[in-house]
Amino acid sequence: MILQDSRTLLDVRGLHATVNGTEILKGLDFTVKRGEVHAIMGPNGSGKSTFAKVLAGHTAYEVTAGEVLYEGRNLLGMAPEARARAGIFLAFQYPIEIPGVGNSQFLRLAYNTVQAERGKDELDPLEFDDLVREKMKLLEMSPEFLGRSVNEGFSGGEKKRNEILQMALLEPALAILDETDSGLDIDALRVVSRGVNHLTSKDNAVVLVTHYQRLLNYIVPDYVHVMEGGRLVKTGGKELALELEERGYDWIEAEAKAGAPSRGVSP
Amino acid sequence: MSTDVVAARGYLTDLLAGHAQPPVSPASPVSKKPAWLKALRAEATERVGVLKMPIPHDEAWRFTDISALTRQSFHPLRTPTSLQARDIERFHIDEATTRLVFVDGVHAPQLSSVDVGVGGAGPGGAAIVVGNLASAIATDGSTVQAHLGRHAAFHDQPFAALNSAFLHDAAVIIVPHDISAATPVHLLFIATQPQLAAHPRTLLVAGPGSAVTLIEDYVALHEGAYFTNSVVEVALGANAAVEHVRVQRESVQAFHIASCAVSLAHASRYHSVSVALGARISRVELDVRQTDEATECSLDGLALIGERQLADTHTFIDHAKPHGVSRQLHKTIVDGAAHAVFSGKVMVRPGARRTDSAQSSRNLLLSAKALVDTLPQLEIFADDVKCTHGATVGQLDSEEVFYLRSRGLSEAPARNLLTYAFGAEVIDRIPVASLRRHLERSVLEQTTRQQ
Repeated sequence: MILQDSRTLLDVRGLHATVNGTEILKGLDFTVKRGEVHAIMGPNGSGKSTFAKVLAGHTAYEVTAGEVLYEGRNLLGMAPEARARAGIFLAFQYPIEIPGVGNSQFLRLAYNTVQAERGKDELDPLEFDDLVREKMKLLEMSPEFLGRSVNEGFSGGEKKRNEILQMALLEPALAILDETDSGLDIDALRVVSRGVNHLTSKDNAVVLVTHYQRLLNYIVPDYVHVMEGGRLVKTGGKELALELEERGYDWIEAEAKAGAPSRGVSP
Repeated sequence: MSTDVVAARGYLTDLLAGHAQPPVSPASPVSKKPAWLKALRAEATERVGVLKMPIPHDEAWRFTDISALTRQSFHPLRTPTSLQARDIERFHIDEATTRLVFVDGVHAPQLSSVDVGVGGAGPGGAAIVVGNLASAIATDGSTVQAHLGRHAAFHDQPFAALNSAFLHDAAVIIVPHDISAATPVHLLFIATQPQLAAHPRTLLVAGPGSAVTLIEDYVALHEGAYFTNSVVEVALGANAAVEHVRVQRESVQAFHIASCAVSLAHASRYHSVSVALGARISRVELDVRQTDEATECSLDGLALIGERQLADTHTFIDHAKPHGVSRQLHKTIVDGAAHAVFSGKVMVRPGARRTDSAQSSRNLLLSAKALVDTLPQLEIFADDVKCTHGATVGQLDSEEVFYLRSRGLSEAPARNLLTYAFGAEVIDRIPVASLRRHLERSVLEQTTRQQ
């Protein structure tokens, strides 16, 4: 929801980033206010996932220019765990399997770490079990997933539900969902979307990184941005997604090359 | 070089001489030793006089430099340590109501607990024998004679020869035909004094159709240097099932040399989990031999070491008959300037058709100075077999570390958790719940301390 007088949560200015010496992000500008839902769309290789990982602090990416302010603080100077504790959450496109680490143990460890940072009480295993089972109902997940290793042997859809379960537990201020719709069948997409919608409020914001418009039928964005060549080259409302679905990305590329005005930031 | 050999040979003979009058436990007076046992010891003593200490020129010891062991001198037990039950309570394993305790190599009946109810009496009144050598010979001398010293070769094995030369006592477990032990048998070997050499000996005979879980556990009540030289023999009858857990948590200054010989009769099943946490230098040799068809064996191992520790595991799986199945997972976690060695040979002899074998060596290096030598070997001389093996050596996966950090865990706890998880895969295979939980805690503490 777009709110009057909402405070800026994230402000990205002129961001450049490289991986293994190759520049992927080339001067990206992006602003998010509390309460808003943004969708970042774009063709493969445009830099969407890189942007998501840079925001989360992935160590393989090097920021070479620009700045990112999160609640007015210099985000780029913060370690990944500090960002997580400050309320940034990345739902991974390919959630990592961690054999040997129990999912329940992992979820409680993450939950308590973030709780401690917020000056709130940590939960013992029994208390946490009650909480996590409640949250799992929202995502129609079987409690059986608590007894397994983190994501090990989970189907694609189960991994994505497990990501949103973590979001539900950690209650981030800024949730970045990287291709959360990929690999989901229609039922799973509905469940995951309902979970995300349930978690949005006027106090937090969601950034959806997606290749397809399909997800946006379920999680309706306030803004749709198009990424191209490492920059946001066009910004519109939710109707832009439908136009992209219909016309593809080529016309945007052409428009961008012709130098059409694009602010690449929320109006 | 020749002086080395002389010096090394002298070491073994010195060790033998130092123990000319080994202490005996009250329950096993020397006079009762049968002639066959005296002959076995005499033969071993003769081999000790001939064999020399291994040096890195020996193929089987090329990665394992034991000069730190041979530089030390060890003396025989002079004054036995008197322990009370409460001194060893923390080593008790809840499930194991039967426990044989050896203190510095000497049987301690007052600390042991033999629950005669274990498994109960079988058809014909046969009951499980659990005791020291003298009591086992008194109860079932023919079985002891048929197996003791028959599985663990010492002709060209200096340490096994040394152990056999000192064969005055042993932990003996005999499970009769078709009897299943209801609870695990816990063998607790406790080191209480520095500069001692102990030569623990174990014999497990699992009769046809029987089942038993054996826990072999080496612990210390001090942090000094000493020498444990252990030999274990395990004989499985047809259709027998043995679970064998081996926990080596010696002092970090200790030297621990061990061999275990396992013999598998028709359709028997043997599973071992071996965990090495302690000792300055440790070496375990595990030989599993198939004497008949359709046997199964699984060998799981974990070495978790740091600082200047060396942990060596040598295994030999001998598929000599058709339809044998073997599985092996050996893991090492190496920190500091520690050194892990794994040499695992799987032999498939002519005629051992339909052998199904898989072996995996996985190694995690936590520091730049940590070292792993891994040598999986497969020798196949039979047709129609399915055999795989492989080895990996690596560091923690940076994507896994990032995933945990992105959920708020700091880097060190994230790495600790992943290290713990790597080891837990092996620990999880221990069939005794309380020991599994205890070791999981130890591994968690150790990985936390190491970072």
